[in-house]
Amino acid sequence: MLKFIVKRLLWMIPSLFAVSFLSFVLIQLPPGDYVTTYIATLAASNEIVDQNTAAQLRERFGLDDPMLVQYFKWIWGILTRGDFGISFEWQQPVSGLIWERMALTLLLAVASLLATWAIALPIGVFSAVRKYSIGDYFFTAFTFFGLSVPSFLLALVLMYVAAVEFGQDVGGLFSSEFETAPWSIAKMLDLLTHLWLPVAILAVSSTASLIRVMRANMLDELPKPYVTTARAKGLSEFRLLTKYPMRIALNPFISTIAWLLPNLISGSVVVAIVLNLPTAAPLLLQSLMAQDMYLAGAFVLLICALTLIGSLISDILLALIDPRIRLE
Amino acid sequence: MTDVLPIAGRKPLLEVRNLTTEFPLRTGVFRAVKDLSFSIEAGKTLCVVGESGSGKSVTARSILQIVDAPGRIAAGSILLNEPGGSSIDLAKLDPRGRAIRAVRGRDIAMIFQEPMSSLSPVHTVGDQITEALRLHMSMTKAQARAEAISLLRQVEIPDPEKAIDRYAFQYSGGMRQRAMIAMALACKPKLLIADEPTTALDVTTQAEILDLIARLQKATGMAVLFITHDMGVVAQIADDVLVMHHGVAKEYGTAEEIFHAPKDPYTRMLIGSVLKLEQKAEIRLARPPLDAKAAPILEIRDLSMQFGELKALDQVSISLLPGETLGIVGESGSGKTTMGRSVMRLYDPTAGEMLYRRSDGTVVDLARISGRDLKSARRELRMVFQDPFGSLNPRMTVAQVIGEPLLVNGIAKGKELEERVCHLMEQVGLDPAGRERYPHAFSGGQRQRIGIARAITLNPRIIVADEATSALDVSVRFQVLDLLMRLQDELGLAYIFISHDIGVIRYMCDRVGVMYRGRLVEVGDAEKVCNQPDHPYTQALLSAIPRPDPRDRDRSRRFRYIEPTLKNESVVR
Repeated sequence: MLKFIVKRLLWMIPSLFAVSFLSFVLIQLPPGDYVTTYIATLAASNEIVDQNTAAQLRERFGLDDPMLVQYFKWIWGILTRGDFGISFEWQQPVSGLIWERMALTLLLAVASLLATWAIALPIGVFSAVRKYSIGDYFFTAFTFFGLSVPSFLLALVLMYVAAVEFGQDVGGLFSSEFETAPWSIAKMLDLLTHLWLPVAILAVSSTASLIRVMRANMLDELPKPYVTTARAKGLSEFRLLTKYPMRIALNPFISTIAWLLPNLISGSVVVAIVLNLPTAAPLLLQSLMAQDMYLAGAFVLLICALTLIGSLISDILLALIDPRIRLE
Repeated sequence: MTDVLPIAGRKPLLEVRNLTTEFPLRTGVFRAVKDLSFSIEAGKTLCVVGESGSGKSVTARSILQIVDAPGRIAAGSILLNEPGGSSIDLAKLDPRGRAIRAVRGRDIAMIFQEPMSSLSPVHTVGDQITEALRLHMSMTKAQARAEAISLLRQVEIPDPEKAIDRYAFQYSGGMRQRAMIAMALACKPKLLIADEPTTALDVTTQAEILDLIARLQKATGMAVLFITHDMGVVAQIADDVLVMHHGVAKEYGTAEEIFHAPKDPYTRMLIGSVLKLEQKAEIRLARPPLDAKAAPILEIRDLSMQFGELKALDQVSISLLPGETLGIVGESGSGKTTMGRSVMRLYDPTAGEMLYRRSDGTVVDLARISGRDLKSARRELRMVFQDPFGSLNPRMTVAQVIGEPLLVNGIAKGKELEERVCHLMEQVGLDPAGRERYPHAFSGGQRQRIGIARAITLNPRIIVADEATSALDVSVRFQVLDLLMRLQDELGLAYIFISHDIGVIRYMCDRVGVMYRGRLVEVGDAEKVCNQPDHPYTQALLSAIPRPDPRDRDRSRRFRYIEPTLKNESVVR
């Protein structure tokens, strides 16, 4: 087991280098650079930047160097100083920009994950055990609804209902008076009152798909002989379900962790923009559009790293929970 | 047959009266068990015997009310008599209620056919045994663990202190069934229901498990309800026998009566089918002897196949004459299937050669050829598989299944293909009118006929049949075996017939090779190997086969072959 983990960790080093290089190349691929975009923005407001100024800007940002040199400068900074570079657009260190947003993103993601699991697990089990009952049909209808309604539409409708019918302050994660305030109990409470809406919206579609997954898994496991064995032992139906088939049907839930982590950043972009959430997704989009290369590069690198870490975590958890993987 | 056997004096442990269990389906109600009555006395063994679909498993499950949904008990009573004189009608209890749950596992325990899938793959064996103890005997964790260890020791699992923390997949097949028995016996039940507990096991392991159950039965005085399709097993262990067919009791009586004075024609057929396997088939005896001097059609020399560390085949050498049926017998893991698949080149052997003599007299080495040569050789070597359900594509009609080899090899299409398919179906005894139907519309025996028709489509010269009849009921088995022999005579085929069942081998084969751990330990005439074998392993194998006669229950003859540790044994050629 330990050997497995160490081996996986060692493999992550070359993988990380490969993805960091790839992400840097990807960011560089579109024609032009930040300065071009910057000039274009200024031109839109009738300001003309002459060639000299542009060249000076390029020199200052180090955009004249060959790509490889730029990459090594960038990766060297990350490795030695934890310095992800400066965001051209924000004129701030990238790391500061990212971490601030990541905390809130993480909170939102974990909250919606917990909500998803808490709803999807029992409903999925119920739907399987009472297959083709009225309750099953009801939840099946709900899951098809949840899967087919685009989440931004749901966001718009819920925002409208909350704002117009209940007069709630929607959009963002904080009320305006707390936006820049330091952390306090009052700010936490304010956060909680804002959190439910994005959590509900984000949870709906993932709940719907997980209910289907759980139902299908349980239906596969329920007719297996070991369930009958447990029943013949005299276990109550509830204990039997939770101890045997559910335990095995849980594996795909653990696998969801692998794609959950990268989703922290790139997922739910549209919802975050619609709801004006101060999470990572809108910032990533903005940085890509502005060709803010260090900021975008840092995000892409983070997504890749999180994908690797996520699959490592879910592999380890799967091995821990399933002896067939651990021991064979 | 509704009358219960007269019992002198005390009440039987379990009385089943007029039990009817039904499954509501879309097309109406299917009665799996109809008006069935029997009783079991404490300390006695009742065998319920029947072919697939006879309702024997549903009967067993009805007793514990664990019939799979949507099955339900529609009528009748199942009386469990307590020693105090009171009795409970299990059929009246709520299947999810507390009352029936208290009976399950404590008074009546059950073991199942497939020991692997009947144990949870993600819980330790100990966990699953202690669970029953803690539930019914209200033991503490430590007590239950100590008791579980002693139970594992009782069922002869080596090193029980360590084995208790292992998982089912770390056990061998026989050990899994022992663990199941330990689990069932945990609360000292009064009745053990065993649903085909040895069907998935090798004969030697089967004999050991049967011995174990008999010994524990003697020690605890419990009754056993034993469900099986194997008349040999019935003859060895039963006090009473209930013969079932299509959900009704055909005959009910003592083992002596059933075997030596059967009244019902169905019972006679079942017993006859077992006795038939004690000798060679009539078709075989009527056939002129083979020309033993003919050049062999296939000659296997020093064939070895290695999977990682495991030597699945270890220098196997054997030859096959034209028109001959060569039996390959052995227990699971002996390498017999690997050998069949290597001949088909489904595996690439690690070493050795397989010299195949083509019809024009040229010899090719099947182990070396590739590409076009291999393709043309494969046309002449075909395979019939064990599982008649899994080996036919459910989305292809029978005509497509049978005609596919012709189409793929560009031999026939359109109307000609149709005619050839019809002809092939007639050859294997199927009505060509059913050719547009899908495999699910056919019974197991019919599907195996489809598999055979597919195998003979390209006029092959050798057919490898891997356990071709072991998934079939006895009554169907002979029809398929006889069909294979008839086709052999008509088409001049040579068979490699792989089976774990010595009876089938004896019935059908000219010569037999016995495999043990990848090696061929004995080769000889079927008559000789199946009746007076030379090698101690074959002798042990024969001694473990249950004889279909309740008067012949001498277990002392049985012994297990233990491989000599010195490597002085030469490979038999």
